[in-house]
Amino acid sequence: MIEYGHFAIALALVTALVQSTIPLWGAARRDRAMMALAPQAAVAQFLLLTFAFATLIHAHLTDDFSVRNVFENSHSTKPLIYKFAGVWGNHEGSLVLWVWILALFGAGVAVFGRDLPATFTARVLAIQGLIAVGFLSFMLLTSNAFERLDPPAVDGRGLNPILQDPGLAMHPPMLYLGYVGFSTAYSFAMAALIEGRVDPSWARWLRPWVLAAWIALTLGIALGSWWAYYELGWGGWWFWDPVENASFMPWLAGTALLHSAIVLEKRNTLKNWTILLAILTFALSLLGTFLVRSGVLTSVHAFASDPARGIYILALLVIAVGGSLLLYAWRAPQMQSGPVFAPISREGALVFNNLLLAVACGTVFLGTLYPLGLEAVGGPKISVGPPYFDRTFVPLMIPLLIAVPVGAMLAWKRGDLPGVLARLKFALAAAAATLALTLALGGARALLAGFGFALASWIVVGSLVEYAERIAFLRVPLARSWQRLRGLPRAATAMTLAHVGLGLMILGMTASSAGRVERILVMRPGETVALAGYEVRFDGVSQVRGPNYVAERGSFSVTREGNPVTVIHSERRFYTVERRTTTEAGIATNLLRDLYFVLGERSGDGWTVRLYYNPLVLWIWGGAVVMALGGLVSLTDRRLRVGVPRPTVRSVALEGAD
Amino acid sequence: MAAEREELQSHEQRRGAVWLYLLPVAIFAVVALALAWGLSRDASVLPSALLDKPVPEFELPPIPGRDNHGFSRQDLGGRPMLVNVWASWCVPCRAEHPLVTRLAREGFPVHGINYKDRPEDARAWLAELGDPYTYIGSDRDGRVAIEWGVYGVPETFVVDARGVIVFKQVGQLTPRVIEEKILPLLRELERR
Repeated sequence: MIEYGHFAIALALVTALVQSTIPLWGAARRDRAMMALAPQAAVAQFLLLTFAFATLIHAHLTDDFSVRNVFENSHSTKPLIYKFAGVWGNHEGSLVLWVWILALFGAGVAVFGRDLPATFTARVLAIQGLIAVGFLSFMLLTSNAFERLDPPAVDGRGLNPILQDPGLAMHPPMLYLGYVGFSTAYSFAMAALIEGRVDPSWARWLRPWVLAAWIALTLGIALGSWWAYYELGWGGWWFWDPVENASFMPWLAGTALLHSAIVLEKRNTLKNWTILLAILTFALSLLGTFLVRSGVLTSVHAFASDPARGIYILALLVIAVGGSLLLYAWRAPQMQSGPVFAPISREGALVFNNLLLAVACGTVFLGTLYPLGLEAVGGPKISVGPPYFDRTFVPLMIPLLIAVPVGAMLAWKRGDLPGVLARLKFALAAAAATLALTLALGGARALLAGFGFALASWIVVGSLVEYAERIAFLRVPLARSWQRLRGLPRAATAMTLAHVGLGLMILGMTASSAGRVERILVMRPGETVALAGYEVRFDGVSQVRGPNYVAERGSFSVTREGNPVTVIHSERRFYTVERRTTTEAGIATNLLRDLYFVLGERSGDGWTVRLYYNPLVLWIWGGAVVMALGGLVSLTDRRLRVGVPRPTVRSVALEGAD
Repeated sequence: MAAEREELQSHEQRRGAVWLYLLPVAIFAVVALALAWGLSRDASVLPSALLDKPVPEFELPPIPGRDNHGFSRQDLGGRPMLVNVWASWCVPCRAEHPLVTRLAREGFPVHGINYKDRPEDARAWLAELGDPYTYIGSDRDGRVAIEWGVYGVPETFVVDARGVIVFKQVGQLTPRVIEEKILPLLRELERR
């Protein structure tokens, strides 16, 4: 069975070679037949890789320990869902997922891009094909998931227990959808550079792909952070770990791209910058892959350290990024620049947004790679931690966040800043009231927290005020407002949602870092301690048995002024196959707070326990979900569904299907 | 004439801008070189940044409620000493604590850098496990630890009588490291 999959990968490589050469040549010669090969090859590649992926999944689900990849990463006692998720829980398998998603996006362009100019589609798909050639050959040469094991093993080695978790089962696919999704932006940029033409319709074609990738990456990062929060048992949700940064950098660049593409679409300007961002976003995605896969940076996440692989990915990186940047240096200066605009305008605000996001991305980049660079020039080996990022990244974000509601209200071309500020007086009042309330409750020590809360309410209220103005809420009869709401472009709703999501996220981050209460102590069964207004009684520890682990389960009864609130169980699991212990934090969550308890080691006649009270922490991820929802709404905007008005039979047919 | 001059000027400007367009690829070349270099070395070997170098200048406040001394550069030197970086939230620190205590009982001063910890947690930890440290500095934001080149907790440094770092253990102390490396080194330093 697995041999068929292996064969399908080889066929996909051949298909990718065809896809990356003939259509490119055809586009240069304006040869319709050669260009038409591109969509066909892209769909064929998708089918082949889907088949190959399915055979690998089949091998994992049926415990085929004659396949090396299954033997190394699975075990017969592992629950079914983790046998499935375990397919991409390792280096080789995750690459299969990577190329499968790449083919998915390629097929997407082939199917949905029918109303794009033929030369453009051919070139985009040829570039996608080139990326596929790089990664498929990498897979076959250095990281083959389809190898047999001879003689076959009786049982497998198991999967790292901390990876056996529902959140982490979904984390890599979402992250890869984001990373790889940006390859379409890259291919679009490369095709535009080859054609030497960038115009508003290009930005409109680009937008749905960037949006889709951005939504997936947003959710992927949020899932990863959430997983770190509940699984690692430290109660933290972001560690500025190199691998986290590797996923955060493409997100920052992609967010900038999303905003600059709007300027290009509406005002036909910022062409070269948008192209550069499209290239850099994917470059950072590739760099992310490189950092995780090569072991260049030591990190808790790095799970494949093999120099041969590292060199291959580096070569890929140099060809893909170096090549595209050279092409950029050659072609971009010839692009026509667009109309000028006043600094105080929607364009100006979006440039401000891009500038800060780019610089912020640069600081993360510097913080992540500085240790390596320093060592390369003979300096000491260091690690850059949260203090660096707190001092560089956070201050850059503050002006950006303050500008969010203002920029959303400014008019194109020439805006009226005093007018906008006057219209935002409610938001300003809300922010001031929040700050005053925080100071009144928490005293001078709460100044920083008060500032964070004020910022959050400024963004949320400011975004809502802007939305209310659009539908003339309370200024005209409600029925009339409702009509205006229905007539509003989806993109407007999308922006408000995304910005409100951002505000909620700031709220969650501020509250959970400023208001966290933490107690680490040894508790004997029956003992009760107070935690942030709750009484926590340690009921004791019992032994439980899971499918592939044994665990000590600590139970805690939580009461508030004597009234029962909840019972929380926290486990220390010992995975018998992998011989590793993990902690499962017990978490009772509601919209306002998390109670987060971790059972530690036995200590005398008691246990070391860590009890955390994390206020509003859920909103960090809730905010990310709202942001992604905004992206989703934007994806359904009419102008993306309908595309450029073009009276051909085919585009009418597409509309009908919608 | 005027139009011609304008054209010339814009041409000049564009020529200047061409270098700007080469900037991304130039930056990328530097990054790629650094990455290539990074691949050529073994990332798992952690050389001690400050090995055979004097201890950096630093001054840390005490853990409130323990004593009023704190811990600074002035406390080091005169005779060989140990500096142990620990935190109450760090599980390996708890595990190595008996070994730290043992080193202190051997008669060598052991100082502590309490890394990113809350005073109340640190005090509770010391009360529970015992306090073998002569001086402890509270490094709440972890900046002094960065100057010491600390990767994570726990870490233990051996500082000689001149105030030079002569040995560093990254991660948990083990009885073997103590028997084979740290104690022989300390005794030899004492004899010098």
